[in-house]
Amino acid sequence: MTDLSYLKSDFPILDSGVHFLDSAASSQKPIQVLEAMDRFTRTSYANVHRGAYKLSVASTEAYEAARNRVATFIGATDPDEVIFTRGATTSLNMVAFGWGLENLSAGDVILTTVMEHHGNLVPWQMVAKRTGATLDHVPLTEDWRLDMTALAEKLDDRVKMVAVTGMSNVLGTIPDVPAIAALAHQGGARVVVDAAQLVPHAGVDVRTLGADFVAFSSHKMLGPTGIGVLWGRMKALEEMEPFEGGGEMISDVTLHDATWAAIPHRFEAGTPPIIQAVGLHAAIDYLDSIGMDKIFVHDQELTSIALDRLSDVPGVSVHGPSGLDARGGVVSMTMEGTHAHDLATILDEGGVAVRSGHHCAKPLMRELGVAATARASFYVYNTEDDIDALVAGLRRAGELFGVG
Amino acid sequence: MALEELYREVILDHYRNPRNRGRLDDPDATAQGVNPLCGDEITVDIDLADDVVTAVAVDSEGCSISQSSASMMTEAIKGKTRDEIDQLVARFRRMMSLDGSEDSGLDPDRPGAVLGDLEALQGVRQYPVRIKCASLAWNTLLEALNG
Repeated sequence: MTDLSYLKSDFPILDSGVHFLDSAASSQKPIQVLEAMDRFTRTSYANVHRGAYKLSVASTEAYEAARNRVATFIGATDPDEVIFTRGATTSLNMVAFGWGLENLSAGDVILTTVMEHHGNLVPWQMVAKRTGATLDHVPLTEDWRLDMTALAEKLDDRVKMVAVTGMSNVLGTIPDVPAIAALAHQGGARVVVDAAQLVPHAGVDVRTLGADFVAFSSHKMLGPTGIGVLWGRMKALEEMEPFEGGGEMISDVTLHDATWAAIPHRFEAGTPPIIQAVGLHAAIDYLDSIGMDKIFVHDQELTSIALDRLSDVPGVSVHGPSGLDARGGVVSMTMEGTHAHDLATILDEGGVAVRSGHHCAKPLMRELGVAATARASFYVYNTEDDIDALVAGLRRAGELFGVG
Repeated sequence: MALEELYREVILDHYRNPRNRGRLDDPDATAQGVNPLCGDEITVDIDLADDVVTAVAVDSEGCSISQSSASMMTEAIKGKTRDEIDQLVARFRRMMSLDGSEDSGLDPDRPGAVLGDLEALQGVRQYPVRIKCASLAWNTLLEALNG
């Protein structure tokens, strides 16, 4: 078992004893991240890119250093391919509206999957309506994995964009994005990956991932809220129009027209999340000091223990792939005769924080045939102790509701 | 607070065996309610004769609190006049502290508003995020009546 329990003391919020099993929604923050933002704000803060004074230069350096750090973290060879956004959802909307409105028209197909988070589905629905393109969805296999045969069949030359999750926030399923990208590129389609769950838990090298756009959020990877990343292959970014105007994103402006700044600034209208960028930088340093491979193994070990223990709890069903292969640390469950919200309330009484509801994936809920699930998700600060508390809480729920 | 106070036997009974379940044929009034945060969905159908609720049916999907509240509501409003229902709703809202008062809402002198089984839902007040579950059916009922 990979022991990361020594990290727990870095997370002040865990001092309360809470069994925090909702990192797939948002992760907690270590003191290293809090202190980095505090130190920067006290000593080096000013707006970026526009001041001639020393503070602004220091702030700009810190902001751009964060961009470089993100680039090395995800294996991007060119830091200019890293765009700071408000979060993964904004990144995906930038691709949908900035790329989609420019490059899609009637007759084109946007191919996505039935397990997408609404963030990688609703923007494409909106853009499909505006452009006349149609939306198609790749189904899942009986083992809740992406049906690659169906994907290959649907990938004809009408498909211009493939929008796929890097890791399902409900099932934990990790689709084979390199294979999907290779197939999609044969037909000339672009590929966008909602990597909001993948980047924090598995690490990503965009060179091997093979996609054209990759979106993720800082707050799910120990960093602050309010900042996320859109990485794009430079050629793909060049096909994209700015989604927002104003601020640093221009080269020149007249009363009737404007020209754009170079990439990435073209896509960063307004004052960017500067303090958050410093926090994200510190979060990446923290994650790298542990090692992304180790984090993935740790999450999987906890998932394995959880799946094993949950199989003994009367009335509990787990929704997700049966094996651990290509599966992240997310465990969605239902209990016979007991609604997910009731489970969450009862678990909370035992200090266990889980998510309940549709997890912003309502089409997938319909596939699963449930209205809601309770979801436990693991991260670096979780231990087997948290699973003990989860199982105890589920047994208590079973007693209260007379299950089993 | 003990979970037993929230999940009282009467609540679990209404959850497992919801009363007046389903849809009415061609109802006089109907409304749909949804709690977008949790996905709970409900349809309330009502038949009225001379301002009196003669039939009510609820078609819903949700947690024990929303389901039992809806089930108990159907029993409480059947045969009641519009005025009596307004009083019931006011009383229910008071019990849930939804009208801003600290009062528990159990004023014995208040006429025409005996909550009966519904008083079992008092425990929900201790779980603020769940109050929305308990009130969904009632908000939908008002929407149907005011339609």
